[in-house]
Amino acid sequence: MSNRSPAHKSSAFWQFCKSHPFTAIAGAILLALIMAAILAPYLGTVDPRKINILPRMRPPSAQAWFGSDQLGRDVWTRTLYGARISLIVGLMVALMSISLGLLIGMISGYLRRLDAIIMRIMDGLMSIPGILLAIGLVSVSGASLATVTIAITIPEIPRVVRLVRAIVLSVREEPYVEAAIAVGTKTPLILWRHVLPNCIPPLIVQATYVAASAMLTEALLSFLGAGTPPEIPSWGNMMAEGRIVFPIAPWIVLIPGCTLALAILAVNVLGDGLRDRLDPKIAKRM
Amino acid sequence: MVSFILRRILSTLPVMIIVAIVVFAMLRLTPGDPAVVIAGDQATAEQIARIRSNLGLDLPIHVQFFTWIGQLAQGDLGISIFTNMPVSTLIAQRLEPTLLLSLTTVCFSVLVAVPLGVWAAWRSGTWTDRFIMVFSVLGFSFPVFVLGYVLIYQFGLTLKWLPTQGYKSPFVDPVGFLRSIILPTITLSMIYIALVTRITRASVLEVLNEDYIRTARAKGQIERIVLFRHALKNAAVPIATIIGIGIALLIGGAVVTETVFNIPGLGRLVVDAILRRDYPIIQGLILVFSFTYIIINMLIDIAYTLFDPRIRY
Repeated sequence: MSNRSPAHKSSAFWQFCKSHPFTAIAGAILLALIMAAILAPYLGTVDPRKINILPRMRPPSAQAWFGSDQLGRDVWTRTLYGARISLIVGLMVALMSISLGLLIGMISGYLRRLDAIIMRIMDGLMSIPGILLAIGLVSVSGASLATVTIAITIPEIPRVVRLVRAIVLSVREEPYVEAAIAVGTKTPLILWRHVLPNCIPPLIVQATYVAASAMLTEALLSFLGAGTPPEIPSWGNMMAEGRIVFPIAPWIVLIPGCTLALAILAVNVLGDGLRDRLDPKIAKRM
Repeated sequence: MVSFILRRILSTLPVMIIVAIVVFAMLRLTPGDPAVVIAGDQATAEQIARIRSNLGLDLPIHVQFFTWIGQLAQGDLGISIFTNMPVSTLIAQRLEPTLLLSLTTVCFSVLVAVPLGVWAAWRSGTWTDRFIMVFSVLGFSFPVFVLGYVLIYQFGLTLKWLPTQGYKSPFVDPVGFLRSIILPTITLSMIYIALVTRITRASVLEVLNEDYIRTARAKGQIERIVLFRHALKNAAVPIATIIGIGIALLIGGAVVTETVFNIPGLGRLVVDAILRRDYPIIQGLILVFSFTYIIINMLIDIAYTLFDPRIRY
């Protein structure tokens, strides 16, 4: 593989897009959303919180692409700024639940004495429907972007812990780990050098699913009134506010709703693509 | 067999106790004063004090714990801050719509998802299979409430076929009940159908490679009977398991669906409690829903051992 010229690389890229069209489209959609979220101020938007910038409840038109809501705010602007909230929550929850789950899962898989206790706690956490647990956490700690993110993270942790623990338990039985133990390698070093690398590919896949589920939960929480504070333009808040006028102005609910659906679909499909590539063992089982 | 069933019933106890501890800890371990958060920004000192004594937060922590667990064991879920009524009474009043919506959803989902999954497995690798799987990914990703609004828009507002808001009790108005439950059922079923279809396809696909399937086909058995009697029956355990695990999704989805369609069930109770900052109701419902989930999954586990002669403990 000596001729790694740019031309070769780009043909490999097209090869991938051709053989995995869904993954490629999902990646493109997600990239477009990320760019739209970052560049929101420069994409023909106005102040997302300013009311009466437009006539109220004007349907989508050439001037206001996505129309206006019942307070005369620009729905296009608010949808783009809403992407920021959704993507940040998805990313933060994925990072936090994966790293905490990794830590707890490694402890559980390696320290047998703590294992039973940790796994019973995880069983208990998994028995509480995630949205309700998040609603409870937000209602005792107050609604802010930070508390919502933490409230969504906690119900996601047990599944990561179970995954990591299962990997640790199977890696422990591998001959190279037994050999490492036999020559007296310290446990932290074994975890770092042998166990961690085995956890990374499935965790990357898991992270995309967690991100998709977190984006959904964030929108649901806001929609139910237990999410980000109402002054933040998140997709769930937009839908909650548009609910009352849905029969006369359905676009206020449907536009952020369908954008959310598209975003979650893109992340999920990307996750499936990653799974097929990184984790052929799971891919076969699904 | 009997000892397994007894053990399985007993094994739910520690999980339930841990759920209770998590719910107990949620209120006590959050940084800051939960009574102040629950009371809201405009609360007076008296209101905060009233909430604190309602939730028992003014007692030492071990006293709080044992009082709370003791009350819980007797089915006492506390007193609502807003209405001053026992939470268990409020839950009993709102139980019917949620229970019936869940029932119609589970029935509808299983009736749609299992044949779809079997069909996809039978036609695996073809466009039929791919189409069903794409539909399943879509069902996973399409948020319950967005689907609800799309359906309301299409069938309620544009075509005007079905009512879009409210609920009629079947004991008062059976036809009205059926008409009012159709859209919510479809909405809530989508994610469940996606999940069950996927698992059915995977487990039937695995079974289809078995020798007894080849034997059944070789002796000239009708393909439909091979699929539904020989294959599906042997693939039933994972399917039943996922139906049980899916109850958690169903409960979360029910809260949202009831809000979208304005159904006065337990989900609306949660949402009203969020708006009124009525924490005892939220706490009570978390416990009730979690315990329901644990018990349903226990019953499904026991059902395997009764119906599947291969499973012996």
